[in-house]
Amino acid sequence: MTRRVVITGIGVRAPGGAGTEQFWDLLTSGRTATRRISFFDPSPYRSQVAGEADFDPLREGLSPREIRRMDRASQFAVVCARDAVRDSGLDVGALDPHTIGVSLGSAVAAATSLENEYRVLSDDGEKWLVDPEYLSPHMFDYLVPSVMPAEVAWTVGAEGPVTMVSNGCTSGLDSVGHAVALIREGSADVMLAGASDTPITPIVVACFDAIKATTTYNDDPEHASRPFDGSRNGFVLAESAAMFVLEEYENARRRDAHIYAEISGYATRCNAYHMTGLKTDGREMAEAIRAALDESRSDGTEIEYINAHGSGTKQNDRHETAAFKRSLGEHARKTPISSIKSMVGHSLGAIGSVEIAASALAIKHGVIPPTANLHTPDPECDLDYVPLVAREQRVDTVLTVGSGFGGFQSAMVLRRPRGAAA
Amino acid sequence: MTESVYVTGLGVAASTGLGVEKYWDATLEGRGGISQLTRFDASAYPARLAGQILDFEAREHIPSRLLPQTDVSTRLALAAADWALTDAKVDPTALTDYDMGVVTSNASGGFEFTHREFKKLWSQGSQYVSVYESFAWFYAVNTGQISIRHGMRGPSSALVAEQAGGLDAVGHARRTIRRGTPLVVTGGVDSAFDPWGWLAHLSSGHVSDATDPHRAYLPFDAEARGYVPGEGGAMLVLEQAEAARARGTHHVYGEIAGYASTFDPPPGSSRPPGLRRAAKLAIADAGLRATDIDVVFADAVGIPELDRAEADAIAAIFGPRGVPVTAPKTLTGRLFSGGGPLDLVAALLSIRDGVIPATAGTADVPDDYQLDLVRGAPRGAPVSTALVLGRGRWGFNSAVVVTAVPG
Repeated sequence: MTRRVVITGIGVRAPGGAGTEQFWDLLTSGRTATRRISFFDPSPYRSQVAGEADFDPLREGLSPREIRRMDRASQFAVVCARDAVRDSGLDVGALDPHTIGVSLGSAVAAATSLENEYRVLSDDGEKWLVDPEYLSPHMFDYLVPSVMPAEVAWTVGAEGPVTMVSNGCTSGLDSVGHAVALIREGSADVMLAGASDTPITPIVVACFDAIKATTTYNDDPEHASRPFDGSRNGFVLAESAAMFVLEEYENARRRDAHIYAEISGYATRCNAYHMTGLKTDGREMAEAIRAALDESRSDGTEIEYINAHGSGTKQNDRHETAAFKRSLGEHARKTPISSIKSMVGHSLGAIGSVEIAASALAIKHGVIPPTANLHTPDPECDLDYVPLVAREQRVDTVLTVGSGFGGFQSAMVLRRPRGAAA
Repeated sequence: MTESVYVTGLGVAASTGLGVEKYWDATLEGRGGISQLTRFDASAYPARLAGQILDFEAREHIPSRLLPQTDVSTRLALAAADWALTDAKVDPTALTDYDMGVVTSNASGGFEFTHREFKKLWSQGSQYVSVYESFAWFYAVNTGQISIRHGMRGPSSALVAEQAGGLDAVGHARRTIRRGTPLVVTGGVDSAFDPWGWLAHLSSGHVSDATDPHRAYLPFDAEARGYVPGEGGAMLVLEQAEAARARGTHHVYGEIAGYASTFDPPPGSSRPPGLRRAAKLAIADAGLRATDIDVVFADAVGIPELDRAEADAIAAIFGPRGVPVTAPKTLTGRLFSGGGPLDLVAALLSIRDGVIPATAGTADVPDDYQLDLVRGAPRGAPVSTALVLGRGRWGFNSAVVVTAVPG
């Protein structure tokens, strides 16, 4: 008999507030949390807008030693993991550590610390032969980012399978999908799964500038992320993290845990087309959606909400609109679709997990978050993108999707567990 | 009935040889690939020996349009994947695109490439940063590029777990096949031999500062003093057994029969480390007993306390000197994501040729390690089952069991 996997704990850090409640308040109010970059002087850059989180590691309970040791993305991940465990009510100390695993997603991992170290070692780019005299003992942790899931494993005492899934911008869906597979096959009973990225640092801003992927609405940062709107001109870089406690369903039921949702289907495909480009037909994302629905034993008609990738690039918005039509047919036209990136921006590898959190909260609260800043839809994006205002509506089944560099296309189905009240 | 997963193709990019047979000849003859770093003037750095690949001409192996957009690590990965597919006689255009996936491991991304872009950004300005930086750097680059090059659109992924990650990739590739994708290209390749990457390696505190290439990386030796970083790795073609038979596969190297991964307890814990458990779980996953294992390819990091922990784990499972143990990686240095896959190649060739390669360099193994370490010369022995171990810094442990497939 197939083991089923459910979400029993959520921890989120995102722009616009610390913690899951503030995150959900922001999303359902339709407010945005994007702003002019304050972490460094953005004026030399083409895109000067980002979704920055006001994150105070000391107030978040990290010790000075942990703060010195960990890159910002690790700090986000550890804080979210602790939140998720608290939220789940699970006494992890009482479990057999061998049955607990970690699956952490990140696209650019320790980019912020890498850049800080680089500036010191190279004298701000002057020296190609970087100077060993200024070498930090943590430099290796930034070179090889699997220290991130290790930090999460230490914080929860996990001794089962621990890994990092780094599939670019679908990492946050794929890391959770990976964790689901490990629980189903019996390699773990509990997984701390999720993703973290804190990419608001000059090298990352510059690499997206170079391909004109990010927005140039520098004079209007609060309204810069405009998925599906005809005026959108690129995504807004952001930082965030979300971690989940995933459990085997029977275990969760036995301990009478609150269950947010079951992860009933997941699939990923590659477009094998271009490292950054997308074909307009949405073929591979549609295939991922269909495969995730198959795993969920659904023909697609149960889907009541689609949490879109909705990055706010013309190429993406049209690609995924085509993918929804291709995979769901007529049902795509009846289904509310929204992009929370309109409010919190695009945190690369982390956003897939943050969007899983939003999807689970939509099921819990019966509210569909809107797509902010959507005033005049792109005529080629002709579905219901829930513009501006959240919609109160019972939601039992959600489809959430992601698309990323390298050609990755991923889809996940979440549903209210049978027998759970609305 | 769980589906068997066969290895039908191998591709190797190592400092001791480009291509499977060159690598294997060098491994059996004990010819090492460790030399003075020549990529840059390393005279100011406290350690200067590395397993550099000196004979790889990228333009001979990679389409010229891919050269400006790829780091050396990705070029090596693309070449090794090509060789593995050629070896397996797979024509990807003849298979369904969704029936082929790519699962690689990576540890440091396109590091030299990104170092150049960091330098441009900080010394010249953001307008000089390459249009390829956004994807030449990240850890999924090899998976994405291999997928594109061969039109593979099935489930694909990239995993990071330092030196254990390469075995995790192979384990996940096997999982992917069992979940319905008939063919997966898997493995790992790393390189970070630019000055910044090199300095980052040194910051681990585990790199040998020896100056004699033959005495620098001596795992399990009384004089062990760290490891030598290398570059390269291996790619493998894994296929569902039935699918491999159906397309008339000419040669099967072996079966990926068992896999497991564990994580060590937090630093300072009194609980035991997880390597022994990973090995036992992998053997059990293969449906075997410890007595079935003919050889162990050790992680062999070359740090005395870690060598002792590994020796203890092996002795605990197999008994004192209960199984031949070897670490041919002393010839190439540690390859990070490439290390586990390259050890799997060596294990599969040991099965093919009935010979266990030696651990070059290591001579004086403390008695209380209780290891039967193959030293000096290769040992002729029928091998039908091998256990490959990998550990990653911070506590990752992975183990893979490969078995012979009766021809």
